[in-house]
Amino acid sequence: MVPGEAAGPLLVLDEPLSFWGGLDSETGLIIDHHHPQSGESVTGTVLAMSAGRGSSSASSVLAEAIRLGMAPAAIVLLEPDEIIVLGSVVAEELYGITIPVVVVDESTFARLRSARSAKIDTTGRVTLAN
Amino acid sequence: MPLVLDDSDQAALTGDRGPAWQLAMRVIVRIADAIQADHLLDISAAHIDSCLYHGRSGLDFADRLADAGARVIVPTTLNVASFDLRHPDLYRGDPQTAVLARRLTERYEEMGCRPTWTCAPYQLEERPEFGQNIAWAESNAIVFANSVLGARTGRYGDFIDICAAITGRAPAAGLHLDDNRRGDVLFRLEGVSDRLLDNDGFYPVLGHLVGAITGTRIPVIEGLPARSSEDRLKTLGAAAASSGSVAMFHAIGSTPEAATFADAFGGRTPGETIVVRPDDLRSTRDQLTTAVDQHTDPSERDSADIGAVCVGTPHYSVGEFGHLVELIGNSRVSAGVQFYASTGRDVLMEIELRGWADRLRESGVTIVTDTCTYITPILAKVDAAMTDSAKWAYYAPGNIGVEVVLGSVEDCVATAVAGHLVRDDSMWADA
Repeated sequence: MVPGEAAGPLLVLDEPLSFWGGLDSETGLIIDHHHPQSGESVTGTVLAMSAGRGSSSASSVLAEAIRLGMAPAAIVLLEPDEIIVLGSVVAEELYGITIPVVVVDESTFARLRSARSAKIDTTGRVTLAN
Repeated sequence: MPLVLDDSDQAALTGDRGPAWQLAMRVIVRIADAIQADHLLDISAAHIDSCLYHGRSGLDFADRLADAGARVIVPTTLNVASFDLRHPDLYRGDPQTAVLARRLTERYEEMGCRPTWTCAPYQLEERPEFGQNIAWAESNAIVFANSVLGARTGRYGDFIDICAAITGRAPAAGLHLDDNRRGDVLFRLEGVSDRLLDNDGFYPVLGHLVGAITGTRIPVIEGLPARSSEDRLKTLGAAAASSGSVAMFHAIGSTPEAATFADAFGGRTPGETIVVRPDDLRSTRDQLTTAVDQHTDPSERDSADIGAVCVGTPHYSVGEFGHLVELIGNSRVSAGVQFYASTGRDVLMEIELRGWADRLRESGVTIVTDTCTYITPILAKVDAAMTDSAKWAYYAPGNIGVEVVLGSVEDCVATAVAGHLVRDDSMWADA
């Protein structure tokens, strides 16, 4: 959805996260108290989640996290999410920093759980490493 | 099918209409590409969420557009700001942030947006009509527009909202298109008492449950009373849009595209059927309460120290204020409790005229406009707060660091007057 290259350790979320109200853009930490991975850091990770969730403001929070260097290195989704894409596209327009957003199929998504890190190339291909 | 732009879109993209229009069109085209729209369509109204301050990047984007002379070309309303513009003294946050947040609001007004400052633009006098294509951001407004008004908006996020308002265009995709507006998953209510169905406090709990299970699909709810009120559909939708990504729901017999079961599903069969029983509702309600231990004896739960009561998320309507005035009557909010009711300035004007605003203030209620008590530091330090909103209950612990008790508005008023937690659990117990 947003082409680019990135690599990093994988963080696979057990549940979708709304960046607004769920992610602190200044620290990169998950602050949604209801989220099973509350307290973990997304900074520099290849962040995988099945779908986006909740607020329209998620695009702003993602753009702000990108500006501050606290964003994930890339985002991998199972279902397309235009609110996430927006945050990435606008940050690229404003600051020239690209955080690729890719959508993968279910079998690829399932394999993410057993991998430690992932690499994304400009064609959107995801390569896993253990 | 790849995206095909018409001549005028193409001209905008190459800069014929100036740099602001060009940037706005580029953002729209990139999103349209990403979501595989094959063309753009005209929108006739917009609602902007980007005016809420989340950091420098939001202001950088508004500056980029406004400095280049951007103007909206369709009627455009503004969502809540980061603080009460009318009553700035209510703000307890960082003064530097307040300066930048105010600057952000000014830039959006400069671009020609109406200073409505409400998350409930559907409560304004002018609102979209059935079938109209619009570009609304703010999750609760999106779900209301699609479900209750029958207007058509995508699940727009920050930034594309203003881009659509500047260009009058949006990707022809998602809920703009007939095929994508049919129900996917059926929620069938079973064994829910009439007493519960007739209480406002039921609807946000149901919405939260539906949203958490539905994810991004379109839920159809069977078993609600016919012609459920807009206020109830509003709190249901707002909760579903917080716990999930619900941008549209159908309530059979209540919402305009769901007169019958067949209409709601467009003649198809549901992809999944979920039966909702009283037990499910009770556990959802308990999940949204963080301030009391659910496993203790009910008689011991009154110990939670409620320092604040917050209602009006989404912004209270005139009707909801009427109910609040009735419930408070001649009683007063206890000295140890802050009571906040959030609303838009249009609704405030109406309740001022009716004399309700003064009556509420005399009873100890603070009316907050232009913003909301869970997104910005307004509350004085309290351990626990009570609310009638599932959305407030969901977000407040993360956003402003309070523990929460969810109750009906009746419970909220009773608690505020008594100065300690009062919840009538009987309607849930025998649900």
